[in-house]
Amino acid sequence: MSDAHGAHAHGPTSFWRKYVFSTDHKVIGLQYMITAMVFLMIGFCLMLLMRWQLAWPGAPIPFFGRLFPADLAPNGVMSGEFYNQLGAMHGTIMVFLGIVPFAVGGYGNYVLPLQIGAPDMAFPRLNMASYWLFLVGGVVMLSSFLMPGGAAQSGWTSYPPLAVINPGQTVWLLSMVVIITSSLLGAINFLVTAANMRAPGMTLWRMPVFCWSELVASVLLLLAFPPLEAAAVLELMDRVFHTSFYMPAGLFVLGHPIHVSGGGQPLLWEHLFWFLAHPEVYVLVLPPMGIVAEIIANNTRKPLHGYKTIVWSMIAIGVMSFIVWAHHMFISGMSPALSNFFLVTTMIISVPSVAILTCLIFSLKGGSIRFTTPMLYALAFLPLFGIGGLTGLPLGLTVTDIYLHDTYYVIGHFHFVVVTGSILALLGGTYHWFPKWFGRKMNDTLGKIHFWGSVICMIGVFAPMFPMGLAGASRRLYDPTAQVHNLVVQPLNVVSTVFAYGLFLFQLPFIWNFFHSMFRGEKAEENPWQATTLEWACPSPPPHGNFEKTPHVRRGPYEYSAPGRKTDYWPQGDPA
Amino acid sequence: MTTTAATANPDTHTGITNAKLGVWLFLCSEVMLFATLFTTYIVLRLSATTWPWGWDALNVPLGTLNTAILITSSVTIVMAYARAYDKDLKGFRFWMAATLFLSFAFLVVKGFEYHGEFSKGIWPSTSVFYATYFTLTGLHACHIIGGIIVNSTLLRMSYKKECWEHPLFLGRVEGAGLYWHFVDIVWIFLFPALYLI
Repeated sequence: MSDAHGAHAHGPTSFWRKYVFSTDHKVIGLQYMITAMVFLMIGFCLMLLMRWQLAWPGAPIPFFGRLFPADLAPNGVMSGEFYNQLGAMHGTIMVFLGIVPFAVGGYGNYVLPLQIGAPDMAFPRLNMASYWLFLVGGVVMLSSFLMPGGAAQSGWTSYPPLAVINPGQTVWLLSMVVIITSSLLGAINFLVTAANMRAPGMTLWRMPVFCWSELVASVLLLLAFPPLEAAAVLELMDRVFHTSFYMPAGLFVLGHPIHVSGGGQPLLWEHLFWFLAHPEVYVLVLPPMGIVAEIIANNTRKPLHGYKTIVWSMIAIGVMSFIVWAHHMFISGMSPALSNFFLVTTMIISVPSVAILTCLIFSLKGGSIRFTTPMLYALAFLPLFGIGGLTGLPLGLTVTDIYLHDTYYVIGHFHFVVVTGSILALLGGTYHWFPKWFGRKMNDTLGKIHFWGSVICMIGVFAPMFPMGLAGASRRLYDPTAQVHNLVVQPLNVVSTVFAYGLFLFQLPFIWNFFHSMFRGEKAEENPWQATTLEWACPSPPPHGNFEKTPHVRRGPYEYSAPGRKTDYWPQGDPA
Repeated sequence: MTTTAATANPDTHTGITNAKLGVWLFLCSEVMLFATLFTTYIVLRLSATTWPWGWDALNVPLGTLNTAILITSSVTIVMAYARAYDKDLKGFRFWMAATLFLSFAFLVVKGFEYHGEFSKGIWPSTSVFYATYFTLTGLHACHIIGGIIVNSTLLRMSYKKECWEHPLFLGRVEGAGLYWHFVDIVWIFLFPALYLI
């Protein structure tokens, strides 16, 4: 396995081996990133359809409404089943096919080996297998829209018994098993690479924060994903072989009894699902935090404040994330003693998160800040992710959660964390590392238009959800006007929808900028940002095998503005 | 230092080869997978009103036979590794073939067991107990099949001289052995949990 590319030190020459079935971590990283961006766009478009229905319930969808088959959208008006399918698939696609592959498969693959000075990942062929499994899983997931009965419609959490009875879930489960396997292969690869393939002198405490974040995320993927895989297999058994792992006896559907042996427990799925899905939230958040740390250190031109605090906090988050899962289930039925335990752990896990954010904010103090495009994203991440985190606290307290659970407040909280948090950081990372990927810079003006438009629209989409949730608007309603108390806050739904369409429009400059700059952008040299970490010590784009000479690391990752030097940065691999 | 030297260099930071570390991490994830399944078993059993005794519900003699077969195969794969360590080509092939024979024997016995239950009209949907039994033993059997694929690939490779001289070959045999022991240990837990207690 590890000898796979030793024989190809100069790289493959045929088009297929070089760009399609490549074992080079850089090509695989870009494949992951571009595929994940496509999935993010698809998931976003599903949400745009849902937002139309939420703002103007019962109105035919303009232009696209007639394109859907009559059973999904009769006369262009979205049906309830179609709404449920879109909701379940939006969540699944964004989390499992969008952000995780983007943050871990994409950035992790491209940046981590470069930052630790490795020629490639530890298992290049396994790396390729991981990408192709992910792609197959994703295509299978999308194809479920074409299956009889349509796509999954039981939410991205797939709670039984609904998920066992509803059509469409079988393909969802099969696809999940494939995606999980792909993540597992990736996680093993990252851990072995970071453990074994660091360049001489690259001690653990000289690794950039981004590498640490990927490392912790990989541990979470490695240990939290298998329980969901097992749970998915059990649910698959329930659907295909009519077992009763999650099915209690005596269930009636549409007035007819279901013929299952019974004896199963729906709550068991919830426990197993959230045992994965809470660590998963930190897989969504930690690598973006790492990206923000890299951008901030580089653009403030001073060492990161509290490097070790950040790293230890990340490790603490990783450990703690395994014992907080049931705070998603406070109203599912649990003994108060147990919910008190999860309440306490949930409050504790917010401490290291706040520590990281505080360190990043302190890093700005006294720095000569360069307001580059990536830095704008990093700066916006700090307060907006803060809002996402702080609005989560009332959800972690049992008393307030009972009121807020299943309202729009939860959606607002979660989207502030993953959209104005994770996605903002991932976009910033694209502007930051683009010169390394393609040897050209992205256009600054378009980048700034994209930044301001996106940030304002993101806030416009998600901020109205807090007052809506506080007013009691349930988060799963296909027609919000069906409940009278929702009529008061219905105008906020319109505001949210209008900003969502704005957000779509402001992604167009980014897409154009990305592909245009790839070929026509301003040329960038090896180290256009005057950065210190190792990925900037090899050519842009790096050749097969990355470094001409194995780098020798002589200092920590953020030696900016060191006294007594002519330049304000001191690369990790520079001779003393 | 060229790329080749940097990746094939056994002097890694941890002192453990990439392949071995990878196998261990893979086993960590497998432990989590089976831990979840055992947790499911415990949760369902504790909440069940009735739970059949293994002696009444399952074929314990065949299960015991399979336990013996699997434990023996653990010994034979260690012998295969020991022969490979001593560069004894024929000995390696013999013990690896023995391991493969025993793994197939396990599957055949398992097949007879399943067949016995199906002919009595017992299916996974019959009760939660049988659902647990079929799913856990079925997933374990999938892992046996995975082991057969790995072990037979190694056996086939041993007929190529250049593979035998490859520095990573011994590591692969060791990795396959680790995995096989894991599959064996899972059965050591499965057998009493389902058949005996």
